[in-house]
Amino acid sequence: MINFKINGKQHSLDIDPDTPLLWAIRENVGLTGTKFGCGISQCGACTVHLNGVPVRSCIIPVAAADGAEITTIEGIADESGLHPIQQAWIDEQVPQCGYCQSGQIMSAVALLRDKPDPTDADIDSAMSGNVCRCGMYARIKRGIKRVAADSKAMVSIYNPTNGEAKESDPATGITEEVQHG
Amino acid sequence: MGKWTRRGFITAGVLGGSALIIGVAIRPGNRATALSGLTTEGSESLINAWVKIDADNKVTAIVPHSEMGQGAQTALTQMLADELDANWEDVSFMEAPAEDEYANWALGKGFVLGDTPIPKIFAGSVDGLFIQVSKAMHLQITGGSLSIRSTGVYGMRVAGAAAKEVLKEAAAKEWNVKTSELTTDKGIIKHKASGKEAPYANFAVAAGHISAPRSPILKSPDQFTIMGKSKPRLDIPSKVDGSAMFGVDVVVDNMKIASIAAAPVFGAKLEKVDTSDAKKMPGVVKIIELENAVAVVAEGYWQATQALAATKITWSKTDNDQLNSDAIYKQFDDAIIGALEKGETNTDISTGDSDSALKQGKVISRKYRVPYLAHACMEPMNAVASVANGKCEVWTGTQNPLGCKYDLAAALDIDASNVTVNNYFMGGGFGRRSIADTAIQAALISKALGAPVKLIWSREEDTQHDHYRPAVVSHFQAALDEESLPTAWLNQYVDKHEPVEAPYIPYSIDNQQISYVDSPTHIPFGPWRSVDHSQHGFFTESFIDELAIEAKEDPYHFRQKLLSHHPRHLKVLDLAAERSDWGRPLGKHQGRGISLQASFGSIVAEVVEVSLIEGKIKVDRVVVAVDAGFAVSPDGLTAQMESGVIYGLTAALYGDVEIEAGKVKQSNFDDYPMVRMSDSPVIETHIINSMESWGGAGEPGTPGTAPALANAIFDATGTRVRKLPVSNYDFNIEFIEQNEV
Repeated sequence: MINFKINGKQHSLDIDPDTPLLWAIRENVGLTGTKFGCGISQCGACTVHLNGVPVRSCIIPVAAADGAEITTIEGIADESGLHPIQQAWIDEQVPQCGYCQSGQIMSAVALLRDKPDPTDADIDSAMSGNVCRCGMYARIKRGIKRVAADSKAMVSIYNPTNGEAKESDPATGITEEVQHG
Repeated sequence: MGKWTRRGFITAGVLGGSALIIGVAIRPGNRATALSGLTTEGSESLINAWVKIDADNKVTAIVPHSEMGQGAQTALTQMLADELDANWEDVSFMEAPAEDEYANWALGKGFVLGDTPIPKIFAGSVDGLFIQVSKAMHLQITGGSLSIRSTGVYGMRVAGAAAKEVLKEAAAKEWNVKTSELTTDKGIIKHKASGKEAPYANFAVAAGHISAPRSPILKSPDQFTIMGKSKPRLDIPSKVDGSAMFGVDVVVDNMKIASIAAAPVFGAKLEKVDTSDAKKMPGVVKIIELENAVAVVAEGYWQATQALAATKITWSKTDNDQLNSDAIYKQFDDAIIGALEKGETNTDISTGDSDSALKQGKVISRKYRVPYLAHACMEPMNAVASVANGKCEVWTGTQNPLGCKYDLAAALDIDASNVTVNNYFMGGGFGRRSIADTAIQAALISKALGAPVKLIWSREEDTQHDHYRPAVVSHFQAALDEESLPTAWLNQYVDKHEPVEAPYIPYSIDNQQISYVDSPTHIPFGPWRSVDHSQHGFFTESFIDELAIEAKEDPYHFRQKLLSHHPRHLKVLDLAAERSDWGRPLGKHQGRGISLQASFGSIVAEVVEVSLIEGKIKVDRVVVAVDAGFAVSPDGLTAQMESGVIYGLTAALYGDVEIEAGKVKQSNFDDYPMVRMSDSPVIETHIINSMESWGGAGEPGTPGTAPALANAIFDATGTRVRKLPVSNYDFNIEFIEQNEV
């Protein structure tokens, strides 16, 4: 019997302890937001948080999660609404096919928790395990920077000693312009 | 009943007692064309668009295209809502089910269509581009970057405008005023003189009994309020919280899970299976033998894959068991040379006298080649099927729901009326999901099992049993006159598919000889984002660049000089050059390259900038200029350009499906790598709304990336990449390929 908490809810599963955590989550628990992409931890579509650490659930035996707390894409929003990363993903119109985005978002949430104001190199390093075949990397980066900028802006509101008048816009990496003619 | 118009058939009706529904269908059957006789069944519609207006004034656009990430469903809904003057906040969409009956509800039977024009692109390319046109009549396909320029322009806008007209007519009758005195705005009809106004819903039932107009008047661009705006995509909220349902997420009652191994060498058959170990493994339900595959059905996916690995399979021998990529490339080279010697090439274009021009000018000869490529959709191929009592129901993500239905019917030898296809979001399509092979396997497994089954391909199966982007070899010769202008362009390549114009060039060169030769292999092939443009864009835009270098000209200015009769192309090229600051000095070991490619009705120019860092090519920046006629959703078009560029970059930098002993060598993302965040460039997209005919978005960003990259690499390193992918080149040493003659 394997026992763990997913998104705060206790589960007891009577399954082969070698079963990858991904399939336990998808087939036994029935949460399908976490995706299967490669089965060898190369694409990141299956990323979940295991005791707060982002892991590729396709290669973690479910036995390794015994007694653990797991968070999936279904568990990151709180009662007040979407997680800031989810909102940023909508604001920046990040997803196309959307299949990789659960994993992208789980990696981004962990990155911003550990580094609230990540550099480009931090983002590259934290996010390069997640493949997006629709190629929305620039938008993912913008989404992360939007959240970082928003949280900095909140700090500046609550910190009267902060001398900076305003935050500069995050580097977008994308310009868009329409010419008529 | 509605009437046929030049564009199609519009009909109005009342649904559920209170909702107005308007349908528009465009028949493929221009019976005077080459398609005559291929419309085997009189009831199919090729394009249909629908709008439903409920009693609470909510508008539902029913779109006949599936969503694989391209955002077409939102853009199509925008087109309909704008013509209808709907309130965008009250608008939603649903995907049309894959049912002939659904279309027939409004269409009726037995009508004869006159001269409905078929967009040229349909002629060969609708149905996965390689299959017979006759099968294309069963289509509801999403491909060829067609959604907006065909369904949208001929269907959604017409449906929206027709709905508005019948609603106004109904309001005019009720208020006893002239229709011309009525205006519409955000779902409300107004009569200024009397001050009357009421929501559309008040007239929905009455409008449903009015004959729809033959040719509703469409808005001019200056009247657009929803088209041309970057509306947030309607599907995105469900894609950030895990709630979006993809095919692989479907669960049906009593469903088992299957894993499959098909014959590694294409064409081999199953000879013998030893299941003695596998069948004893936990969770295994049944091991099923198909003609060319073995499937293990189990309680869970992991159990199925474990037991499949323990199944000992013997495949039949084939003639291709020793074949490898080098032999295939040699076969292609030999086919071109042999056909040229015998004068047996198939002609695309023959103008002027290329042979004389070659004799009089400086001759430049080059050969290029590109490999087979897998689609590598993020979501591995999968389908849920339930086959029982002569009926089949399938749940899957498909680019071609109607085609899938007919293919299933044929595979199971049952009538299509006994097949139901439920479509879901696709975790990537790129052409791969226009083919029904996985759904057919799932159906055959379910039939043998006698229970519903979800078949999930492993990533390895997905990589090794794709319908690949074909490998192609292309040979070129050109002549430059004394002013270093090209006077002859000769191009011979293997295997022509679609679109026909893929190898054509926009440049003014008087003497052209473009031809091809068939050189079949046993590798299954299919449409891959931008189809033949993905290969020919690389070939032609690399060769024109080489001519510029031979002419000692700047590659951008060289192209400019040859485009005087194509002002639209020239404008796109100029914009990309201008916005990239072409000519700005670059650092040592840096370079830039340009490309121009018109495809699927849109013109795209790209400038790629690269750096050589420690022997590795780093792509720094890609500047895209695109003229798609009109950008229905500018951000949507921008997103498609970004996506097309990254897809093209992955292919150009890394993409190589190699054939070894008749089978595909690569298997997963470790040996078939993808561009990731860390090697993803800055992409800047600039849109021109020329208001010329509207073009596609999903594919046109891809073809120009490989040549612009190769041209940039030459600029940075002096190495001319003529054989993709770039990863096959070693930039640690000075490596300049011999110019082949």
